[in-house]
Amino acid sequence: MSQVLHTPPTAATDQAETPAQIAARYGLSVSGARPSLPEYVRQLWARRHFISAFATAKLTAQYSEAKLGQIWQVMTPLLNAAVYYFIFGVLLGTKHGVADYVPFLVTGVFVWTFTQNSIMAGTRAVSGNLGLVRALHFPRAALPVSFALQQLQQLLFSMAALVVILFCFGIPLSASWLLTIPVLVLQFVFNAGMSLIMARMGAKTPDIAQLMPFILRTWMYVSGVMFSIDKTLKATHLPYIVKRLLEANPAAIYIDLMRFSLIDSFHAKQLPHHVWAYAVGWALLAGVGGFIYFWKAEEKYGRG
Amino acid sequence: MAELMKDEPTPTVICDGVDIVYRVNGTGSGRGSATAALNRILRREQAEKAAGVRRVHAVKNVSFTAYKGEAVGLIGTNGSGKSTLLKAIAGLLPVENGKIYTNGQPSLLGVNAALMNDLTGERNVYLGGLAMGMSREQIKERYQDIVDFSGINEKGDFITLPMRTYSSGMGARLRFSIAAAKDHDVLLIDEALATGDRAFQKRSEERIRELRERAGTVFLVSHNNNSIRDTCERVLWLERGVLRMDGPTEEVIAAYEEFTGGRDKPKAESGPKAQ
Repeated sequence: MSQVLHTPPTAATDQAETPAQIAARYGLSVSGARPSLPEYVRQLWARRHFISAFATAKLTAQYSEAKLGQIWQVMTPLLNAAVYYFIFGVLLGTKHGVADYVPFLVTGVFVWTFTQNSIMAGTRAVSGNLGLVRALHFPRAALPVSFALQQLQQLLFSMAALVVILFCFGIPLSASWLLTIPVLVLQFVFNAGMSLIMARMGAKTPDIAQLMPFILRTWMYVSGVMFSIDKTLKATHLPYIVKRLLEANPAAIYIDLMRFSLIDSFHAKQLPHHVWAYAVGWALLAGVGGFIYFWKAEEKYGRG
Repeated sequence: MAELMKDEPTPTVICDGVDIVYRVNGTGSGRGSATAALNRILRREQAEKAAGVRRVHAVKNVSFTAYKGEAVGLIGTNGSGKSTLLKAIAGLLPVENGKIYTNGQPSLLGVNAALMNDLTGERNVYLGGLAMGMSREQIKERYQDIVDFSGINEKGDFITLPMRTYSSGMGARLRFSIAAAKDHDVLLIDEALATGDRAFQKRSEERIRELRERAGTVFLVSHNNNSIRDTCERVLWLERGVLRMDGPTEEVIAAYEEFTGGRDKPKAESGPKAQ
């Protein structure tokens, strides 16, 4: 904040020590100062139980008033998938040419929802929890990370539903399903990073929360949630740069990797080149970059 | 530490010329109109005021030093900046000018914001404890004490019900019990004594005395001059954000009572007076 100073910094009285000197002599530290990055990581690690407890609590509280209770954890993603199937599979007929369209679509929807909800929750992580930020002392990064973790737990419920759908459509269990674990880890790091970035932006400018649904919807439509990017790129003549960008889109990368892991008819040649490098690169960029970006404003969260 | 204490008291909190300013969006002449909002975005720094951002100067150039073993009362009329100053000492509100130096991490006695009404009391005890930075083992150890102290289970097994089913008094009792379960170096209490029924108030006053014995320094914000008299030996009087007086409890409270035009004795009051 570059505000004009109203009073000059307290002039040191001639003979007596300045408060700063006294503070230094007794080993007092400045209240509310931003800790160093390693110290911040240590503090955040010390709060890991809070992060997971907060995420689980939020998840459980969500459906605590519903009669069916926690069954909604699985019902909600299933209903979502049904709606998308009805619109894109039955009404619009996007499925032409995509093998195993229902598993393809449902995987896409679930994986995309994970990223979308993490970003949305991240946007409101600080601005929507000002009461908490102003009442208790903890590394603020705990909030966006916790929200991303809540979405990961939500996705695990969805994955349970997904497995049932996959079996219903005759997709065999295979060793490649193990690949879902690294994919989930990478996507979680990416989402947590995005959540951190959005949390800082949303804390400064709450208006972003109004804007995000539109940005996210646009992002969803270019991420190949309900169509095959690979097929579309082959069928249409897009400029080279647009093709590269569509392929490098992190959401599309994680969605396609998940499809590759789970669905036997989704072949490796449908994936863009260097797909794992992209997946790791995006996770590191968003994860590390987002963490540092968020930490840089640590002492400012909670004002106005 | 011990040798230092022989010569002079050890400072635990030093406030050095502290200013605290709130910025509030969507006020002022434009009152949330589109032009005002645009103005605010485009000309962020220069024209804050013109664009409808109000600056509220809540605390003005406050300096004091608190020492180990002291219990300091904060008094002042409503809106004079007491709670704001407390939050800044806890490091929860950024200061505009000046610095606040503290020994360790001062904690506000309050976990309300971390608790969730849709969860059971039991889960909230854990959640609140974790939010205050306790470990799971510490909470497990103190769990029974917290529940017993709150008296939630005196009228049946309420701790396993969601908190939204509690009466407001029960909720307040549980919140205070969770908040008071942790030991603090510098403890900041914001009118926490006014919760629950009479029996519970007695118990909480006692608990606060215990906490004070273990904590290095206690700050207490209260409108009840008697509870300040009971707990504090030194009082800071804030008025409109300015530190108006700083001294021994009796002196400051006497001046304050003169200022507010009434002595709030609990008994033998000769009629309704402004407090």
